[in-house]
Amino acid sequence: MSDLAWFFAMAACLKLLLIPCYHSTDFEVHRHWLALTSSLPLRQWYSDLSSPWTLDYPPLFAFFEFLLSLPASFFDPSITNLHSHNLSSPSAVLFLRLSVSFSDLILLLAANLLSAPFPSLRRRITLLLLIWSPALLIVDHVHFQYNGYLLGIFLLSLALLAQGRDLLGGIVFAALLCSKHLFLVAAPVYFVYLLRHYCRGGLWTGTRRLLTMGVAVAAVFAAAFGPFVYYGQIQQVFRRLFPFGRGLTHAYWAPNFWVFYILLDKGLAFILAKFGFSIPTPMASFTGGLVGESSPFAVLPQVTPVVTFLLVLLAMSPCLVKAFFNPQPKHIVRWVSYACACGFMFGWHVHEKASLHFVIPLGIIATNSLDDARHYFLLSIVSCYSMFPLLFEPQEYPIKVLLLVIHAMLMWMGFSTYFSQRTNTKGTKGNDPKDHCKGSELIGYVGICYLSGFVLIEIWGQFLHPYILGNRLPFLPLMLVSIHCAVGMMYSWAWQLRQILRYT
Amino acid sequence: MAKTKRKSFAEATMSPATIAVISLFALLIRVLVSIGPHSGEASPPKYGDYEAQRHWMEITLHTPTSEWYRNTSSNDLSYWGLDYPPLSAYQSFAHGLIINSSLPSSLALLSSRGFESPTSKRMMRWTVISSDLMVFFPAAIWFVLVHYRRRNQEDGSAWWLLSMILLNPALILIDHGHFQYNCISLGLTLGAVAAVISDKDVIGAIMFTLAINHKQMSMYFAPAFFSYLLGKCLRRRNPILEVVKLGFVVLATFALVWWPYLYSLEAILAVLARLAPFERGIYEDYVANFWCSTSVIIKWKRLFAIQPLKILSFILTVSSFIPSLIHQIKSPSDHGFLYAMLNSSFSFYLFSYQVHEKSILLPLLPASLLAQQEPLFFGWLMYYALLSMYPLLCRDKLILQYMATLALFYLIYCSPVRRNATKGYKLSLPMKTLMALLLLSSFVLHLIYLIMKPPEKYPFLFEALIMSLCFSQFVMLTLYTNIKQWMLSDNSPQTMSKKNL
Repeated sequence: MSDLAWFFAMAACLKLLLIPCYHSTDFEVHRHWLALTSSLPLRQWYSDLSSPWTLDYPPLFAFFEFLLSLPASFFDPSITNLHSHNLSSPSAVLFLRLSVSFSDLILLLAANLLSAPFPSLRRRITLLLLIWSPALLIVDHVHFQYNGYLLGIFLLSLALLAQGRDLLGGIVFAALLCSKHLFLVAAPVYFVYLLRHYCRGGLWTGTRRLLTMGVAVAAVFAAAFGPFVYYGQIQQVFRRLFPFGRGLTHAYWAPNFWVFYILLDKGLAFILAKFGFSIPTPMASFTGGLVGESSPFAVLPQVTPVVTFLLVLLAMSPCLVKAFFNPQPKHIVRWVSYACACGFMFGWHVHEKASLHFVIPLGIIATNSLDDARHYFLLSIVSCYSMFPLLFEPQEYPIKVLLLVIHAMLMWMGFSTYFSQRTNTKGTKGNDPKDHCKGSELIGYVGICYLSGFVLIEIWGQFLHPYILGNRLPFLPLMLVSIHCAVGMMYSWAWQLRQILRYT
Repeated sequence: MAKTKRKSFAEATMSPATIAVISLFALLIRVLVSIGPHSGEASPPKYGDYEAQRHWMEITLHTPTSEWYRNTSSNDLSYWGLDYPPLSAYQSFAHGLIINSSLPSSLALLSSRGFESPTSKRMMRWTVISSDLMVFFPAAIWFVLVHYRRRNQEDGSAWWLLSMILLNPALILIDHGHFQYNCISLGLTLGAVAAVISDKDVIGAIMFTLAINHKQMSMYFAPAFFSYLLGKCLRRRNPILEVVKLGFVVLATFALVWWPYLYSLEAILAVLARLAPFERGIYEDYVANFWCSTSVIIKWKRLFAIQPLKILSFILTVSSFIPSLIHQIKSPSDHGFLYAMLNSSFSFYLFSYQVHEKSILLPLLPASLLAQQEPLFFGWLMYYALLSMYPLLCRDKLILQYMATLALFYLIYCSPVRRNATKGYKLSLPMKTLMALLLLSSFVLHLIYLIMKPPEKYPFLFEALIMSLCFSQFVMLTLYTNIKQWMLSDNSPQTMSKKNL
């Protein structure tokens, strides 16, 4: 049995065991979409209102759900019944959970392509980071989503680009955009890179290639959106895809830049009030859930979607410039991950799950150098921990903790073995202190202090808070998680930026 | 998540980090299995083993010690009466105290029968998981460390042996799925093994006595412990003193555990009567042993009364473990001791009176300790042991967990790192064909049992088929291990060195 199959099979066993776990309302969302796509004609997919969980993924994903609904109705017809609301019969759970596991096969394919050139140990570490990601297990196989499938497509396109097969990579990326439009944030990098790398070679070849790529991408979009244009539904589709009525942050703040912005606002309001200024209390609260139209900020200026959009573009501009002047396949993973990180840090209404969009791709290059490994070690722990609030029931508590701890230990063992081996073989070539690793050096003192912070926050949130404060300040534990993770995310973002400025 | 690339950084022994990762992974699997259903979930009026354990907590918590094994107004012995030795009862009492402090309604006397709630289930599950962590895990780690320190083996790596012992799917499914506390008695036995092979005979004797006092089924190993310790003592300078010392330790431990019942002979006999329920017949349900499998041809229960059957099964059991007993007295060795444990537990499983299908866990324990020497044997036994419990686990609705843990076990069993170690096997073609046929038939049986309805005339046809298949395998395997034990070289280096001490 090959390493690849072994890793995947081990993960599959864990996924089987996770089937009886808690699942979130996203389960019903996807169950409803199965019913929707199988029982309604195409032109009603985006206008149907029979459930609050309206279809808000792009058409290719809807087609994917349609494909899944075909075996589903064989398996248990009630799954695809539009009127069986909140169905969670054992057969429905089994079918949908298994469908997630099967759709992970595309992640396997991408991981295979990406890790094929690596030597044995490095390959295993990469598979560990991609296929055994605890965050993916938590989000996909407990909480319930299809991120493994989407990230599989994403990684596939990155693998193709890294191999120099630009046209195919572009097509796959277009297909990804038509499956989940959140990946739009990576589009600028793709655009600049493909323009400069694929469409090079003189005016004639360049134009021909530009046209080829344009036609290919347009064909993908036409295949996805065409039917809805034909039925005159396209406006409705876009209304569903881009609901800007939602607020800047989610009820649980995703650990990004806006956490600091909100905190600064609260802090300023507090200080100004002390000095006697009258500060109107904002109508909307960040912790109460949905944020409406009114400005939730007391002092600082209101943030609009346009502002976040410009900020994201501004943040990713260094990497666009780099990609423009020196487009190289070996840097594409880093650039694209950075772009996704920018979207996560500064975007509008970001979910904590979106951190997967750059944590998983960064796994490919985590074994490039000791610095990368150090950064990745910290980042993946932060990202996984920030998803802990998704599983709030006591039954899953030990599961999420064990998943993270085991993963962190395996990562630590893998990295330290790999880099100490590398030093040994390179040993004669002068002692480069940078690539020397004794395990404990994988995380410096600051890192150890930061990681201990997680333990403290967890102890506070789980034991001390209910004991000391009781029901007062119920939002405090989650807020602490957000803030602490946001520090790590901010560091990771800055580190990536520095890495791009220096080395690409 | 599991352990790969271990070999490169743990050639012979394990680093603490390796031990931690394997243990945490084994813990994760236990936690995952424990969120599944348990035996008798929501099935009144008798429920299952889960209710039995909960009921024992209720009884031990609310009645005086002297009444635990007696029929009283508050202790109806016909409803899951306590039928394990006192240490089990103390354990129920301790766990009952913990659960009672936060959820007294789940253990209220009489009114709590069949109590089920998510919280109480979680607490019950954690009593098993914590017992496992406190008894079985340390014992397994101790054994592997001792094993490697004593025998500088090159054939494989310690992490693999540890994961084989800790990830035993049969044990995980019965303890954390079906619901029992085998991890305690097996953990104590394992600890005793680790102690005696590192020459801490007194500690070993205490731990094994405790194991017997937790579950009387641990007696399956008694011939092996007896013969190995006796054989070792006979080789020391003062054999009689050594034997007396161990005998005293065993008796003292027994006395300590049985203290509340030592006030009268009648009280002791009352407990003993609960431990050996001869009136329940020579076998129950479907178990892959001699009595059940041959009952298709010879109706033992109908032809014989209880008394002759008792004698017959006693004679068969003793005569089947006698060879391995003699071997260990003659030439005790670490290695031979493990084979002796295997052989004696097999002879009890196959021939003794009132055996449960879950008792296959007992031969599995020494088999897992011998995984390094007998990988093929161990893998084969594990598969058929699981198959022999398949009908039980189907009833418990644990098929998903059955498949997942089975697959997980074999994935680690032949993990990419280990591959070289198992390549040494060269099987002849007829042997391979036979094995393939057996595997195929068992796959088919799995499927048939799950999908098809048995003919009305023979409602237990499939169970009987599964049991006969498993029985045939177990007989072959135990013949093999008996021969293997006798073929071990008589003068193993350890026995020689001990003589000189």
